[in-house]
Amino acid sequence: MRTLHSDVIVDAVAKMCVSANRYLPEDVRRSFAEADAKEKAPAAKEIFRQLTENYELAEKSGLPLCQDTGLAVFFVEMGQDLRIEGENIREAINHGVRKGYEEGKLRKSVCDPFTRANTKDNTPAVIHFDIVPGDRLRIGFMAKGGGSENMSRVTMLAPAQGWEGIKKFVLQRVAEAGPNPCPPTVIGIGIGGSFDYAPILAKKALMRKLGDTNPDPGLDAMEKELLAEINKLGIGPMGLGGVTTSLDVKIAVSPCHIASLPLAVNVQCHSARHEEVEL
Amino acid sequence: MAEYRINSPISDADAKMLRAGDVVFLSGTIYTARDAAHKRLMELIDAGKELPFDLKGSAIYYVGPSPAPEGRPIGSAGPTTSYRMDSYAPRLHALGSKASIGKGKRNDAVKQALKDHGAVYFGATGGAGALLSMCITAAKVVAFDELGPEAIRKLTVKDFPLLVINDSVGGDLYVKPDLKAVGLE
Ligand code: SF4
Repeated sequence: MRTLHSDVIVDAVAKMCVSANRYLPEDVRRSFAEADAKEKAPAAKEIFRQLTENYELAEKSGLPLCQDTGLAVFFVEMGQDLRIEGENIREAINHGVRKGYEEGKLRKSVCDPFTRANTKDNTPAVIHFDIVPGDRLRIGFMAKGGGSENMSRVTMLAPAQGWEGIKKFVLQRVAEAGPNPCPPTVIGIGIGGSFDYAPILAKKALMRKLGDTNPDPGLDAMEKELLAEINKLGIGPMGLGGVTTSLDVKIAVSPCHIASLPLAVNVQCHSARHEEVEL
Repeated sequence: MAEYRINSPISDADAKMLRAGDVVFLSGTIYTARDAAHKRLMELIDAGKELPFDLKGSAIYYVGPSPAPEGRPIGSAGPTTSYRMDSYAPRLHALGSKASIGKGKRNDAVKQALKDHGAVYFGATGGAGALLSMCITAAKVVAFDELGPEAIRKLTVKDFPLLVINDSVGGDLYVKPDLKAVGLE
């Protein structure tokens, strides 16, 4: 049994909250450059120029990349041979969020759903726990913006609708969202599981690096097919037209009930801020 | 498509001259307001009370900035999605506001209000909050401080980069998705 003090978690989480909001991940930067090279429209190129200048400036000045520094979403994989000493792990993660968002001058964007009163420290975070073999603790963090989250949807398709039905729903969703979620976007898709599990799959899929390969060759081909279709819509960066409506599509699947075909589409904006740490 | 340097408060003539696709560098005074602040403004208007700023010629920026770091007037300050303010915007235009600044689509009622009152809807680049912050030279909370990021702030801006998305003659810059290309039509 390995023991880890909760203070280590608090500090690691606080650090991730700040750095993810200031440094756009390398994979996203690369994806911008590749997409920009394919664009011909001046408006689309101008958006990529601004987004590049923006991430360079954020890195230099310490200002967050976007004023919406997100709802803090975590994917935690905890080894079953690990014991946490001190604060309860959920409390430790929220403690880290409180610290990171305050010290990093990040915006507190969490409120009561009815009164809309701000909780003033960006907690509670949304935390998904998983128990895994071993004695390590992996924490994945995503600063999830509201604008793109609002464009996300869950639906329960009929099994007969299959892959064609899935594609149609995703394309309609992206088309309908148009310029709202700050395109170019990344589209996370969860297929299967249950009504509650499909969106978790979709969100977790967004933790993958842009431009990576899905380990399942069948899914990898589906991701590429759907990305090509989405980019035929021509919405382009910021909805001003172009060949880059989305930078990437990420699909995660899980078996489901014989009666169901759950589908979740989680839209991520170009400010695809995510980081991971292993403790 | 033309390029203009315009001052805010915005004159009737300037607002009417602009066309979808024009690039505008805005300088002067603008006011921030998003969801909660709009709701409060409507309550003040309903009650016949005085508003925290003069709506005449005003440009309202849909933004909830991040906290100001040491030595800067404001933190990151890019636009939020505008449709959430669609139910409020026509009323503000009717009372003299000449522009709103945000990102994303507006509904028909807002587009009609722009025509009725000779106003415009500007788009700023979403997710470029650090970059846009550099064009803000002063910021001061003028109402609803308790709303935190949603408080109304008076901003002084210099050459704030904007695109005219919807103008006063029905022009719309946003691209219609090509549904035919993917077999949806
Ligand atoms: S959708 Fe993303 S990039 Fe756009 S404003 Fe929200 S968090 Fe920022």
